[in-house]
Amino acid sequence: MATPFKLAADIGGTFTDIVLEQGNRRWSGKILTTTHAPEVAVLEGATNLIAEAGISPGDVSVFIHGTTLATNALIERKGAATAFITTQGFRDVIEQGYEKRFDHYDLNINRAAPLVPRHLRLTVQERLAVNGDTLIPLDESALPALAEKITAEGVTAVAIGFLHAYAHGSHERRVRELLRPLLPRGITICISSEVAPEIREYERFSTTVANAYVRPLMAGYLKRLQDGLAAMGLNAPLYLMMSGGGLTTIETASRFPIRLVESGPAGGAILAARMAQQLKLPEVLSFDMGGTTAKICLLSNYEPERAHRFEIARAYKDMKGSGIPVRIPVIEMVEIGAGGGSIARVDRLGRITVGPDSAGSTPGPVCYGRGGTEPAVTDANVVLGKIDPAFFAGGKIALQTDMAKTALQKNIGDRLGLKDFWSAAGVAEIVEENMANAARVHAIERGKDIGACTMIAFGGGAPLHATRLAEKTGIRRIIVPVGAGVGSAIGFLQAPISFEITKSSIQSLDAFDADGVNALLKQMERDATAEVLPALGQSKRVTTIIADCRYVGQGHEIRVVIPVRTLSNKDGATLKAAFERAYAAVYGLTIPGQAAEAITWSVTVSGPSPAISRPSKARPVKRAKPLRHLNLFDARLGKQVRSPVYWRFDLSVGFKIKGPAIVAEHETSTIIGSAFTASIDHFGNILLERVS
Amino acid sequence: MSKSSLDAIRTQVMWNRLIAVVEEQAQSLLRTAFGTITREAGDLSAGVYNVEGHMIAQAMTGTPGHVNTMATAVRHFFDHYPPAKMKPGDVYITNDPWLGTGHLFDYVVLTPVFLKSKLVAFFASTCHVIDVGGVGMTANANSSFEEGTLVPHLPIRKQGKLNEELISVILANSRYPVEVRGDLLSLISSNDTGARRLVDMMTEFKLSSLEPLARHILTTSEKAARAAIRALPNGAWSYDMPLDGYESPLLVKCKLVIDNGKITLDYRGTSPASLYGINSPRTYSLAYSVFALKAVIAPYVPNNIGSLSVFDMVTEPGSCVDPIRPSPVTARHVLGQQLADCVFGCLAQTLPGQVQAESAGAIWIMSLSSAHGRVPAEDVKGATAFGVISIGLGGIGGRPGQDGLSTMAFPSGVGSIPVEITEGQCPLWFKEKQFLKGSGGEGEYRGGLGQRIEVQNREAAPFVISAATFDRIRHAAQGRDGGAPGQKGAAYRKSGEHLKDKGIHIIAKGDALVVELPGGGGFGNPQKRSAALRAADEKAELN
Repeated sequence: MATPFKLAADIGGTFTDIVLEQGNRRWSGKILTTTHAPEVAVLEGATNLIAEAGISPGDVSVFIHGTTLATNALIERKGAATAFITTQGFRDVIEQGYEKRFDHYDLNINRAAPLVPRHLRLTVQERLAVNGDTLIPLDESALPALAEKITAEGVTAVAIGFLHAYAHGSHERRVRELLRPLLPRGITICISSEVAPEIREYERFSTTVANAYVRPLMAGYLKRLQDGLAAMGLNAPLYLMMSGGGLTTIETASRFPIRLVESGPAGGAILAARMAQQLKLPEVLSFDMGGTTAKICLLSNYEPERAHRFEIARAYKDMKGSGIPVRIPVIEMVEIGAGGGSIARVDRLGRITVGPDSAGSTPGPVCYGRGGTEPAVTDANVVLGKIDPAFFAGGKIALQTDMAKTALQKNIGDRLGLKDFWSAAGVAEIVEENMANAARVHAIERGKDIGACTMIAFGGGAPLHATRLAEKTGIRRIIVPVGAGVGSAIGFLQAPISFEITKSSIQSLDAFDADGVNALLKQMERDATAEVLPALGQSKRVTTIIADCRYVGQGHEIRVVIPVRTLSNKDGATLKAAFERAYAAVYGLTIPGQAAEAITWSVTVSGPSPAISRPSKARPVKRAKPLRHLNLFDARLGKQVRSPVYWRFDLSVGFKIKGPAIVAEHETSTIIGSAFTASIDHFGNILLERVS
Repeated sequence: MSKSSLDAIRTQVMWNRLIAVVEEQAQSLLRTAFGTITREAGDLSAGVYNVEGHMIAQAMTGTPGHVNTMATAVRHFFDHYPPAKMKPGDVYITNDPWLGTGHLFDYVVLTPVFLKSKLVAFFASTCHVIDVGGVGMTANANSSFEEGTLVPHLPIRKQGKLNEELISVILANSRYPVEVRGDLLSLISSNDTGARRLVDMMTEFKLSSLEPLARHILTTSEKAARAAIRALPNGAWSYDMPLDGYESPLLVKCKLVIDNGKITLDYRGTSPASLYGINSPRTYSLAYSVFALKAVIAPYVPNNIGSLSVFDMVTEPGSCVDPIRPSPVTARHVLGQQLADCVFGCLAQTLPGQVQAESAGAIWIMSLSSAHGRVPAEDVKGATAFGVISIGLGGIGGRPGQDGLSTMAFPSGVGSIPVEITEGQCPLWFKEKQFLKGSGGEGEYRGGLGQRIEVQNREAAPFVISAATFDRIRHAAQGRDGGAPGQKGAAYRKSGEHLKDKGIHIIAKGDALVVELPGGGGFGNPQKRSAALRAADEKAELN
C-alpha cells in the first residue's frame, strides 16, 4: 500500500498554516487568514500544496483542521443572538461572575460583558436540590410564553442552565424537549448538563452559553468548508482538532464547538509530546511563541498536562479574571502576552514593560513599515541582528531596521538614557524575563523541576529567544524541530481520535461507594465511545480515567489517575493513597487524618496515535559555510559579539556550531547563545546544548 | 556607558524576578489553604522584606487589608527576636491583632532567609484560618480575650524543627484543628518556596546582598509616590462619615492634609471604640486608608515600604479606628473597609470630579449555622449540624465616566462562593441571588447594584445567622457631585421582622432569611445621564 498523504490546516489570527505530509516528506505554506470567510484561505492553501506535491485532491487520505474561529467570535462578540434560560432567582449568575475585582488597585476595571444581555436571560420556576430532591417542580406552563419571547427577539441560539444540573439534568432535558417544537426550525439548544456537567454554576453556565453563542457560526463554517472540499474533489474524512489535544468528527465538533477554542496551541503541545516520545525525553517544556502570545506547556512521560478550565477573551489588559471562563478539556499551559508584536513601553517609574497588547498584523511592528509607531519585540530583534530583514516571513515582508531603531530610541532609549542597541537589548531581556518567570511559576505550581526539562521550541518567535529563556530557567537542552514555524499544524497530523467527558459527582474516598462510581464511569465511557466510534470503527480504543480530588475543605483539586477496571469499596484507600502521592509531589506534604473526596471525573476514550517516524540514515557532514557574519548582542555576556549566520538547509547531521551564532530559515531563526552549541540530529532537528 | 546600561537592565530584571518570587509564594499558599475565605476569595498576602524588615515587594494576589498591615507587622517580630540571633530554618509566628493584621484569625508567619549562612532577607505571609476558638467569626465578644486565643511572637520552627508544643496549644484552642494545622503548614511552606527561589535568584545574579536592589526599589517607588503627591494642590479637606455601628451609630471624622509632597490623614474626633468587635486596629485602619489614597493618587506605583512611607496617619488611641487592648476586633473590616469611602470623601474635594461615589463598603460575611445549642434540643432533633460562610456583596459607587460595578467587593478583594458549593456543605438552599433592581444610586453614572439573597433550610429545622458584618443598613452610600445615594441594605426574616442588631439571630423553621445588599452611590447629576444609558437600564429591567 502506498504511503498516504495527510493534510492539515491551522487557521490563526494572522496566518493560515497548511501542511501536507507523506511519510517523511513534507510540504508547507503560510497564507494570510481570510477573516470574512476562513475556508477560502484553507481551500486555496490546500490547492497550492496539492499542486506542489504533484498529486490530485483525491489522493489525500485524511484532512485535519484546527481553527481559532470560535475564539475570535468570542473576542469580537460576533456570535449568535443567544438567549439563556435559568432557574428563577438566578438571572444574573453569568453577569455577576466571581464578584471579585481582578485588579485591586485599579478603580476603572470592568467585567467582560455577558454574552447574553439581561433582557434575554429568562427564568423558569423550578428547583432541584444538591441531592436531586425536587424543591420546586418545573413550571411547564411557562414555556410557551418563553418560546414566544425568544422567537420575537430573533434569537438563533438558546442555552439552558439550572442549578445542580451537573448531577441532575432532568429539568434541563424536559425544557429542551418541550421548547423545541415551539421554536422556529434551526434554532440551536444547548443544555449545561451535556455541555459541561461540572459543579460551580457560574462556570458551567458560562460554558454552556459560550457553546450556544458560537454554535450556529461554527456549524455554518464547517458545512461550507466541507462543501468546498467536496467541490475540489477532496473527499477524505475531515477531523477537527480540539483544545484537549484529540481529534473529533465534524458532527461532534458542530455540537460542542466550544471545545475547539485552543486547537492551535493544542496542536503544538501534541507535536512536543510526539517529539518527546521519538527522542525519549521524559520531561519536556514546550515553548511556542507567535505574534501575540507565548505558550508554555509541561510534558511528563510524553504526555502534556491536562485540565478542564480555561479563560477566553480576557477583556481588560489581558488580566486573569477579566474574560469568559469555560470548563472544557484543555491542555494545561500558561499563555502570556509576549509575542513578536507585543509592544514595549517605559512606565511611569522608568521601567521597561512589554505587552500584553500586540501590534498584530496591522499595523504590525514598526519595522513592517505599515504605519506602526510603537516599537514591538520584533523591532528589538531586528535591531539586535537576530532577525535577518531580508528573510522575514519567507522574504514577503521587507523589514525596515532604521525605522525600528528610531522608534526604540524615541520611546525607550531617550527616556532611560540608553543609546545604540541598548534599548533593544533591554526590551529583549524583559520579554525573556517575563516568559522565564511565567514558566517558572507554572512549573512550581505543578511541583516540577524546570531545570530537568528539555525545551522544545517552535512557532515563529520561540527559536529567537529559546537559549536565553533556557539560561534563565536552568534548562540545558533545547530542540528546534523541522518546520518549527508551522509546528501546530504538524502536531495536528500526530493527534489521535479521542473524546473526553467530564462530570461532577462528589464521592468520599474514605467511605467509598464503588457501585455508584462504577455505574457513573461505565455510563461516561459508553457516551465517550459513542462519540469516537464513527471515526474509529474497528480500531483499538484506550480508556483513561482521571478524578479531580481534594482534601475536604480545600478549594483546589489535584488530578489522580484511576485504574480502568471495576472498582471495589477497598479502592477508596487505593485512590486516597494515589491522591496523597500526587498532593505531596506538588505541595511537599500531606495532611494526615484529613478526609479526601473526588469532585469531578473525566473519562477519555482514544484511538491509536500515528506511528513515530524513524531517524534518517544520512551520513554525517562536518562542514558548512556561514552566509555571513554580523554583530549579535549576547545577553549573557552583556555585549555584542561577531557571529556567523548559517542557512539551516546547508547543515546536516553531525555538524556542530559554537554559540554565539544564528541559524536562519524561512519562517524563523534560531539564536545560539554563547553558553550553547548547536548540532543537527538524525531527524533534522536542531539540538542546542549548554556547554558548561 | 555599556556597563551602566547593562546594570540598569539587570536591576530591572531582578525587580521583575522578585515580584515573580512573591507571586509564587502567594500562589502556593492559595492552593493549599483550607479556609473557604482564603481559597475561594484570596484572603491572604505574601511579601519579601530586606534585612531591616522593610517590605520591598508583595504579591498581587491578596487583599489590601493583609498586604498593607504586613508591611508594618514584620518589624514587630524584631522586638522579641533580633535578626542577629535568628538561625537558618527558624520561622516565627503571631496572630496578635495589634501587631499583626488586625484580628486573631490571621496568622502572620515570618521566615528569615540565609545565603551562605548570612541573613539576606525575610519572607512573610498571612492567611485567614478557619477558627481560633473564642466566640467565633462574630462581633459579639466584648473583649479580645473572648475572641479566641492570642499567640504572641513565638518561634514555630527552630532550625528546621517544628515547635510542636506551640502547635498543640494552637490546635487545642480551635474547633477545626486539622484544618488549622494544614493552614499553618501551608504558610510555612509558602515562605520556604519564596526563600528557595530568592536564593536561586541571588546565586544566578551573583548577589551576596539584596540591599542595593532593595535600595533601588524603595527609592524609585518613594520618588514616584512623592512626585504624584506633589502634583496635587496643598491644602486641608475634611469629611465626616456616619456608620451604623453596633450598639450605637459611629462617626468617622477624617481630615486630609497635603503639604508639599507629604500626605497626612487625621482621624482625631472619631467615635470611641464600640463595645463589640467591629473596631479596626490602627494597623488595619492605616492599610485601607493608604489603599484608598494610593488607588486615586498613584495606582501605578508598586506597594512597598518606599511608596507607603509617604503617607502618614494620626489617630486617637481608644477610638474605633485605633482601639486599645482588650477591645474586641474580630469583625474589624466593618469599620476598616469603610475608611476607603471616608478618604474618598476628602479626596473628592482635592480633585473635584475625579473620585468615585461611595460604595456598599464592608463585605457582608453571612455566617450561617445550625441552631444546635441555641434552641431547645427537641427543635433540632434529627437536624444536620453545620456551619458555613457565604459572602454578600453590594454595589460600588458610580465613577467619573462610567457606572459603578454591581455586586462586587470593594475595597476588599474577597469574592463570593458558588451557591452549588455552599449547598453541598449544608442543608440550606438559596431561593434567590440576583441583582436588586433600582438599588444603585441615580446619577450621570449610576451606582452599582446591590443584590437580594434569600436562604431557607431544606430540613424542618431553624437555622442561625450572625449579622456581625451587616452595615449600611441605616446609612446609605452617598452619591458624589449631585448623584443620589444608593439603596440602604436590609436583613430580615421573610415573615417580615427585621434583624435588629449585629447579633446572632435564629430563623425559625419554615421561615427564610432575606438580605438585601446596599447599592453604590451615583456620580454626577442624574439629569445628565445619557438617553442611551437610560434606555439600556430600561431594557435590562434594572430600574
